[in-house]
Amino acid sequence: MMKKKELICISCPRGCHLTAERGEGSTGEWQISGNFCPRGAAYAIQELNDPRRIVTATVASDSRLLPRLPVRTDRPLPKRMIAPLLNRLYRLRVKIPVKSGEVLIDDVEKSGVRVIFSCNCKE
Amino acid sequence: MIEDRNVDVAVIGAGAAGLAAAAECADHGLETVVIDREELPGGILRQCIHNGFGLRYFHEELTGPEYADRVVERAAASGVKFQMNTTVSDVRREENGDFTLLLLSEQSGVTRVHARAVVLAMGCRERNRGNLAIPGGRPAGVFTAGCAQKLLNTEGMLPGKCAVIVGSGDIGLIMARRLRWSGVEVKAVVEIMPYASGLTRNVVQCLNDFNIPLYLEHSVVSINGRERVQSVDVAPLHDGIPILEQKFTINCDTVLFSVGLIPENELAARLGVELNPATGGALVDADYQTSVPGVFSGGNVLHVHDLVDFVSEEAARAGRAVIRYLEGATAAERNPVRAGANLKYVVPGYYARGRDTVFAFRPLGVWASAMLEAELDGRVIWKRRCSHVRPAEMLLAELSGQLLNAPGTLEFRLRPEQDEAAVEEA
Amino acid sequence: MIYDVAIIGAGVSGASTAWQLSHFDCRTILLERWADVGFGVSKANSGIVHGGFHHPVSTLKAKLEIRGNLMFEKLQYELGFPFQRNGILVVAFSEEQMATVRKLYQQGIANGVRNLEMCGRDRLLELEPKLNPEVVGGFFAPNGGTIEPYRYVFSLVEGAMRNGVELQCNFEVTQGKWNAEESFWRLTAADGREISARRVVNAAGLFADQISHVCGAEEYRIHPRKGEEYLLDRNSSARPRRVIFPVPSRDSKGVLVIPTAEGTTMIGPTADPAEDKLDTTTSADNMHRIVALVRQMVNGISTRDIITSFAGLRPVLESEDFYIARSEKAPHFIQVAGIQSPGLTASPAIGEYVKDLLKEDGMTLTEKNHVVQELPVRHEIRHETPETLDTLHKDDPRWTHVVCRCENISEAEIIEAVRKGHTTLDGVKFYTRGGMGRCQGGFCSAKIMKIISRESGIPMEKLTKKGGNSRLLGGVLGSAEVEPMPEK
Repeated sequence: MMKKKELICISCPRGCHLTAERGEGSTGEWQISGNFCPRGAAYAIQELNDPRRIVTATVASDSRLLPRLPVRTDRPLPKRMIAPLLNRLYRLRVKIPVKSGEVLIDDVEKSGVRVIFSCNCKE
Repeated sequence: MIEDRNVDVAVIGAGAAGLAAAAECADHGLETVVIDREELPGGILRQCIHNGFGLRYFHEELTGPEYADRVVERAAASGVKFQMNTTVSDVRREENGDFTLLLLSEQSGVTRVHARAVVLAMGCRERNRGNLAIPGGRPAGVFTAGCAQKLLNTEGMLPGKCAVIVGSGDIGLIMARRLRWSGVEVKAVVEIMPYASGLTRNVVQCLNDFNIPLYLEHSVVSINGRERVQSVDVAPLHDGIPILEQKFTINCDTVLFSVGLIPENELAARLGVELNPATGGALVDADYQTSVPGVFSGGNVLHVHDLVDFVSEEAARAGRAVIRYLEGATAAERNPVRAGANLKYVVPGYYARGRDTVFAFRPLGVWASAMLEAELDGRVIWKRRCSHVRPAEMLLAELSGQLLNAPGTLEFRLRPEQDEAAVEEA
Repeated sequence: MIYDVAIIGAGVSGASTAWQLSHFDCRTILLERWADVGFGVSKANSGIVHGGFHHPVSTLKAKLEIRGNLMFEKLQYELGFPFQRNGILVVAFSEEQMATVRKLYQQGIANGVRNLEMCGRDRLLELEPKLNPEVVGGFFAPNGGTIEPYRYVFSLVEGAMRNGVELQCNFEVTQGKWNAEESFWRLTAADGREISARRVVNAAGLFADQISHVCGAEEYRIHPRKGEEYLLDRNSSARPRRVIFPVPSRDSKGVLVIPTAEGTTMIGPTADPAEDKLDTTTSADNMHRIVALVRQMVNGISTRDIITSFAGLRPVLESEDFYIARSEKAPHFIQVAGIQSPGLTASPAIGEYVKDLLKEDGMTLTEKNHVVQELPVRHEIRHETPETLDTLHKDDPRWTHVVCRCENISEAEIIEAVRKGHTTLDGVKFYTRGGMGRCQGGFCSAKIMKIISRESGIPMEKLTKKGGNSRLLGGVLGSAEVEPMPEK
């Protein structure tokens, strides 16, 4: 008996319909089909084992032009860490200038994920 | 004294389209000015702080502001001049074929720009509650999704505490997640079509991730509340008609509309540019030149795209055509192109013999697989199988000039091969 | 401090009365229930200056309509609101309807209306090429026109205030007590504010019956009659030159096609009894009904051109006539009730009439030595030449900062509205047109909110659409806790 799960890949706008299969009771790797590219398979395995998302948000700043500066995680963050991170970000106020890619938070809850600025701001 | 200034190319709009067209022109040594109302160039990308941009154009996944910063830097490096905080209040074509634009800005007051060519890159506006004439009261708390996005992402203001989103366009879906990530409850997304209007990945990561219900084939039949929104009435649709006996009420204090975009062609109308009723944008030839010589158009003001990457590519092609026009090349041949079965429209509206051309389409339905065909005077000259076809996703066809070797009428059509349901059952 | 006159209601009747009284030596206060003047009946109607032929001259409303109609040029010159005398066409599509047309025409002649012209089909099409060519006949009333009713109220109040009239908004009168000993009225608002006045003018529109009741004056009932209107994009090809009327029905003048004084086209209104005086909802059925009716008269009307819709309520008395008189029950109390159509047209004459009633009531009205007779010219950049804009820019650079792109409204105009006390989004919209165009505020409302907040000192999250609990926003980002994402 095979165990089967359906997913939709979110790696790109193509939105491949993925099927993951493995033996009932098995803890081995899932077999992925329906993916157009290798990212689909990687996404499915990650999603089934430890779902993560890229997080985007804004933080308050003292800039005249951009009172809210956009930020994002540099890679997907475990889902359970997202709400605590957002609540933390909304309490911050940062000084400019900042550069796109500059690190705001180095290691979110020891996940190895960084929060970086996603825009340049000089004034 | 009103100051006058001469340039080669005036580009109206500093979003992805305007910047791409301008960069091409400036790279070629043309004096190019981009004019925009906002203080910062980048257009609507500035408020789209989510990721998902640039996979095709930059081969990496960027947020809107990151994409904007890159295309702005590219245009600036090419020598494009930016005239920000500026409204084009009038534009007209002079007898000698040049253009005069009347500009208003807080910094420089009233100025005139004289240009040899104009690129229309004004983007879109959102359809709103008024356009749909949704019945009910007139309370506060009704926003277009983009307006709420601007308030939230650039001003840090919450639109309300508990929202219903009307329409499942991409902006609406993205806003559902943004609201949840801002501490705002989202009760439902209501869509009149039997499928989501936005990209599938957005349904997955913006609705399914948060267990937000998507009511397909439902319509908001009333917005209730006198001062602030108190609820909406929602009813299922049968053949497009709401079944009021089955209506139900969802309590909320906020309603967001994500019900489509309309190209902002008011300046095009002033120039007398002929519009295509199917797109709301200009009718253009293979050079993206409109019916008015010297006026070009690209990006969302030409037709609504789903990916900014395609906007950049299209507008860059328009920019390169401006260069040819100013070098004195003759206008592209105008052989008609028609959208046939299952296609809402095709852009450009004309082809030229021997010219490589990228055609863009909107399908009219959802199919697991369909054949996109091009027929020139009764002869199928090109075809390609497309999978996972849906109105939310634009289709492109790149035809080489060798195929377009005869005059006549070019018709594109989509022949459905497999229904979506058939695949899911399989 | 005791005012000479308190006018309850800052709609067209109250505002016109205030403007009249402001020319005399008397202390007048205008009390408005809503957050801004004109926010009741006056802001939501067809904006027609009627031609004086719809009602027999035996009625008070016809008398005042005919007199009021003649007063608009002078008022426009003094106060500068959008108004055009572009003429009314009443059109018939059958011989049966022609009978009514002839009756109306005769009534107009009997009422003393000048220059009415009976027209055959060709003449009608010459006067209005947008008419459906199947038109049979009709008549032309060149004295009719259109006006922006809210702008008219703003101008009247602004003029009155320049001459010393005071205004209190959000003042919902809940109690009126006559102090017989000292001979004055004490009016109390819902929020506890109180003012005293020797005389009261009850121009409270839909709520005139309630005001009359709490002041112990005559008992009567105002019946709200709803009218829905749909506004078309200014680029609509259907915009006619003239106001197009069908033949009227028993309850209303019918559904019209209205080229507004600001260049848009409006279709409506319906005329249906409403239960609730606050019910300004619109309905899908009525939209379809209106569109079907106007399409019979004018070509090119498309639902795709609709940019917004709204509903207003007419305050109707059993008699269907105006009730403007000194109260027979309450002392020094003037009733101005039942001011439904043609109330807007009649309003200049209503103000005059009320002034005369106050005189009859024993009030001494001495003309002031110095009266502001004209308001300063208001610049609106959509009407200015580039050269004027250049001059304005030198005075204040914000004149050339366009905030509302669809209607072409500058930051300076928004600031002017806020400085004049219009601090709600709707108040600014009605004063400037910012947010009234085809995008309906999609692009500009965030910008306008920021300007209102900056100029008024009201924080963004406390701004309202139209006062009361109509908060525009839900708070500052971070004020609401983000909840964990659900587990799959």
